[in-house]
Amino acid sequence: MSLQDDQVRSIAHLARLAIADEDVPGYAESLSSILALVEQLDALDTAGVEPMAHPLHATQRLREDVVSEENLREQYQACAPAVEDGLYLVPRVIE
Amino acid sequence: MHQKTLSELAAALADGSLGSVELTEHYLARIAAHDGELNSFITVTQESALQAARAADAARAAGRAGPLTGLPIAHKDIFCTEGLRTSCGSRMLDNFVSPYDAHVVSALKSAGTVMLGKTNMDEFAMGSSNETSFYGAVKNPWNATRVPGGSSGGSAAAVAARLAPAATGTDTGGSIRQPAALTGITGLKPTYGRVSRYGMIAFASSLDQGGPMAQSAEDCALLLGAMAGFDARDSTSLQREVPDYRAALNDSLDGLRIGLPKEYFGEGLDDAIASAVTSAVAELEKLGASVVEISLPNQGLAVPVYYVVAPAEASANLSRFDGVRFGHRCDDPADLEDLYKRSRGEGFGAEVKRRIMVGTYALSAGYYDAYYLKAQQARQLISRDFSEAFEQVDLIAGPATPSTAFGIGEKTDDPVAMYLNDLYTIAANLAGLPGISLPCGSSAGLPIGLQLVGRHFDEARLLNVAHRYQQVSDWHRRMPAAFQ
Repeated sequence: MSLQDDQVRSIAHLARLAIADEDVPGYAESLSSILALVEQLDALDTAGVEPMAHPLHATQRLREDVVSEENLREQYQACAPAVEDGLYLVPRVIE
Repeated sequence: MHQKTLSELAAALADGSLGSVELTEHYLARIAAHDGELNSFITVTQESALQAARAADAARAAGRAGPLTGLPIAHKDIFCTEGLRTSCGSRMLDNFVSPYDAHVVSALKSAGTVMLGKTNMDEFAMGSSNETSFYGAVKNPWNATRVPGGSSGGSAAAVAARLAPAATGTDTGGSIRQPAALTGITGLKPTYGRVSRYGMIAFASSLDQGGPMAQSAEDCALLLGAMAGFDARDSTSLQREVPDYRAALNDSLDGLRIGLPKEYFGEGLDDAIASAVTSAVAELEKLGASVVEISLPNQGLAVPVYYVVAPAEASANLSRFDGVRFGHRCDDPADLEDLYKRSRGEGFGAEVKRRIMVGTYALSAGYYDAYYLKAQQARQLISRDFSEAFEQVDLIAGPATPSTAFGIGEKTDDPVAMYLNDLYTIAANLAGLPGISLPCGSSAGLPIGLQLVGRHFDEARLLNVAHRYQQVSDWHRRMPAAFQ
């Protein structure tokens, strides 16, 4: 699958990645070659084969729905770029 | 002092012939003298290492020492360390001071080890050469124009040059085993679920495993004993008793059945590696093992499957790096979307961006079935090949890498050429199986690794076979002359 520049821009948008215009063709080329590698799977007959999500077929372990963690907000927010009153600050979202 | 293995150092500490402060100072001095050439460390923790060493010596004097007390080690910079930068080899986390310790860090700390520092790695563990790090490439101590492998290239180079007697690494597609092979050390990827991933920055959650990298199987057994075990904080951590890995090291190999997959020895494999691996397997036969040819018919699919599954999982895991709560934030964001896009665009390097985009594409509407679902079905087939093989054999042997260490810059323009370095290691991650790489030869001065893959939770057997081989060979004792 050969990706075009506009597809690269779409994917970059979905992934919320800023890519400079001059870098787009380079990514189109490298992504296309990776997808070519991956397309070897197309020829494989997988009819009736269960998809494997966990290598040991385990399922999600559950626990009791009770509070078990300490609130360490101040400690965890020490490394934040911008906080105020325990909230993370970002550019205005709602007008 | 640095010619001794971790186990030999442990014995010297135990019999009082060495103290931890003396030992730690020795390695810190070696790092200061030599790491400029290698670039294997991102952060060196001189003060806290000496403090921990003093505490270890005091604990020993008070009769409270365990097998790992006072031993210096290094941690791959993917493991969160409380109060200390944890960069994951990325500009995105260059300013990130972790508020907590990873399980691997706290377990080895409780066991009394002394942390020398955090080692260099491919950015977010994505790479096979340690060339994608924000902090620059790591050099192979055997030849400074060559790569040490990746993504645990810093840990591998540090141990190979004896700047640390041992280190931790992580392995998602071969990132412990491949650099171990290229630098002539011993590295083990445990069974998926064996070692808690709590605090181990996630790349691909169904594949990632942390493990030991050291000079010998005996050393790895010592470390694994402290790292393995159930941890409720990792929802994929499995409840299985941790055996005494050291006790099993000297078990007999009589009756052991080793399989050699015919698919491993085709074209694309260096003749010198094929030859060294064949000789090593012959040694195992002399020790009592029997060898048969087996087939892993879907082995050729491992790399394509991985390059759908791993990037897909990475695209999800790396979405947490958004400039909001921690890590890099761009200057003067115009709006929220600009904040996300520029923080991420600036924080991530090219390979990481490539893999996030491949993963995003593979999971996107209209492509999910053709790519991700298909890859998961192929993964099932690869896993089944191993289950079937393990009905006939107990271990699978083969090369760890298709070539010895390649040149820095040689494969950076061609991502797919780079990806093919993992062709022998990837399948074990897909199937969740444990694998070990140990040195078994050398070609043009560059190390060659033998890989052994075992059944789920059979690390004891892998370490046993590797140890028995290391008792009749000395590849693991060699170190590059430049660092002696």
